[in-house]
Amino acid sequence: MTAVAVEAGWRRRLERRQLLARLFVAGCQVATLLGLLFLGLLLADVVQDAVPYLRREVVTNFPSRFPRQAGYASALVGTVYVAGLMSLVAFPLGVLAAVYLEEYARPGRLTRLLEVNVANLAAVPSVLYGLLGLGLFVEGLRMGKSVLAGALTLALLVLPLTILSSREAIRAVPFSIREAAYALGATRWQVVRHHVLPYAAPGILTGTILSLSRAVGETAPLIMLGALQYVPFLPRGVWDYFTVLPIQIFNYVSLPNPEFHRLAAAGILLLLAVLLILNGTAIWLRNRWRVRW
Amino acid sequence: MDAAVEARLRPEVAHHAPTVEAVALRVEELRVWYGNKPALNGVTLDVPERRITAVIGPSGCGKSTLVRAINRMNELIPGVRTEGRVWFRGRNLYDPDVDPVEVRVRIGMVFQKPNPFPKSIYENVAFGLRLHRRLSRRQLDERVEWALRRAALWDEVKDDLHRKSGLELSGGQQQRLCIARAVAVEPEVLLLDEPCSALDPVSTARIEALMEDLKREYTLVIVTHNMQQAARVSDFTAFLLDGELVEFGATEELFTRPRDRRTEDYITGRFG
Repeated sequence: MTAVAVEAGWRRRLERRQLLARLFVAGCQVATLLGLLFLGLLLADVVQDAVPYLRREVVTNFPSRFPRQAGYASALVGTVYVAGLMSLVAFPLGVLAAVYLEEYARPGRLTRLLEVNVANLAAVPSVLYGLLGLGLFVEGLRMGKSVLAGALTLALLVLPLTILSSREAIRAVPFSIREAAYALGATRWQVVRHHVLPYAAPGILTGTILSLSRAVGETAPLIMLGALQYVPFLPRGVWDYFTVLPIQIFNYVSLPNPEFHRLAAAGILLLLAVLLILNGTAIWLRNRWRVRW
Repeated sequence: MDAAVEARLRPEVAHHAPTVEAVALRVEELRVWYGNKPALNGVTLDVPERRITAVIGPSGCGKSTLVRAINRMNELIPGVRTEGRVWFRGRNLYDPDVDPVEVRVRIGMVFQKPNPFPKSIYENVAFGLRLHRRLSRRQLDERVEWALRRAALWDEVKDDLHRKSGLELSGGQQQRLCIARAVAVEPEVLLLDEPCSALDPVSTARIEALMEDLKREYTLVIVTHNMQQAARVSDFTAFLLDGELVEFGATEELFTRPRDRRTEDYITGRFG
């Protein structure tokens, strides 16, 4: 035993220190369990409400005045349509912007300004993007309340997130790898094309899918745009009217007939399933392709 | 005493001694700054052809900066400013019309920490070849084998060329893979920036033997913080201190009869 242990009160204080350590762990566990508990309760409640509507017609039927005949066909297809179109716009723009900021932009005041702005844009409330979309796409460019206007608005919304997550992924490629390629006489573009992008791709895709799932769950900006709540047809082109799952759910919840509330619960499960598929894909991609340095 | 050694000892050639050797590279009044911080304060030095030149000195003296200036790798780091000239085959590599890509093809580099690409062994070596040459599948296979043999790695990896990632090799093998990758594009000069500092003694010995072998065809410049290594492998040694070239001469001379007091202090372990 060292002299420290002999000192008066040291052992007593040690017991207190150990107690504090245990209390801290207990606090962390309670916090975790509480979160899971409420999530579980919420899910159980939704499932309970949705039980009578968990059938094929919920997916295949169009909205209707009669809850037993109503479904989410147009909303589901609208969600896939809008999200797909949005990805086509946001993915290339986001990745290119990230590549520019990480690999090409010279550090300086302008670059810093850009970086700060992108980070701030990611935190702007989505309603504002709705207003922007309404002014710019629906009114300004006369796109109307179309699939295209919705997709472009959501693309603006997720662009900062896509840029940020792509930059993270690009930055995770060690500088030593870039050096190795440059030292062999690769041009900047060849370094990006053959090394940075391939090695960052899993991270970029993961981030993009996660921002896609954020867009799929968004309601506010599309309500601002004036996305319709009753769409008894599937969109046939980018200029058609559309609706998406969250808006359809919002619509059913706001109706007085409690049967519609049960239908809304079924819609929530449908939306959760879509999100689960997206996030699951992201996790799978990350584990499957991630490079361990 | 032969004429070559005598020439090196003459005081007027003190700083760039090997006048009688064929010169591969002439570094002239090289100054480098990181932001406002000077890293090299006017270094002048002739690197002899097909010899191993070691650059020694304490941490932060500018050894790495010096070799990285030779193939223009420093300019990848933001805020680096370079002045002076590096003469190679009659051209100043810092002339505005010189493309750094061409410089790096002719002057290859191996880094301190082995940095193989996360690709197969074959692809690691083939990458540089594909950048610069149009080769058939067979020619490419031959070049890859040649480079791996050159780096004394072929026998250990020939069965896993496509199956194994460069990252799955041991540290010493990774460094030899990096040498193979650099040699594959057939540079004339090979710069090695502390290539053994992350390796165990056995791997270090293999790399040193390899360097001995490579110097028959290539001009080698090796940065090392290990004075025994410099004494073992190099023909010429440059001692840098605080961004200045203190002494440069035949390795044997420099280690046995240093002319500068600071060199003597350093090699006898009084600092650094």
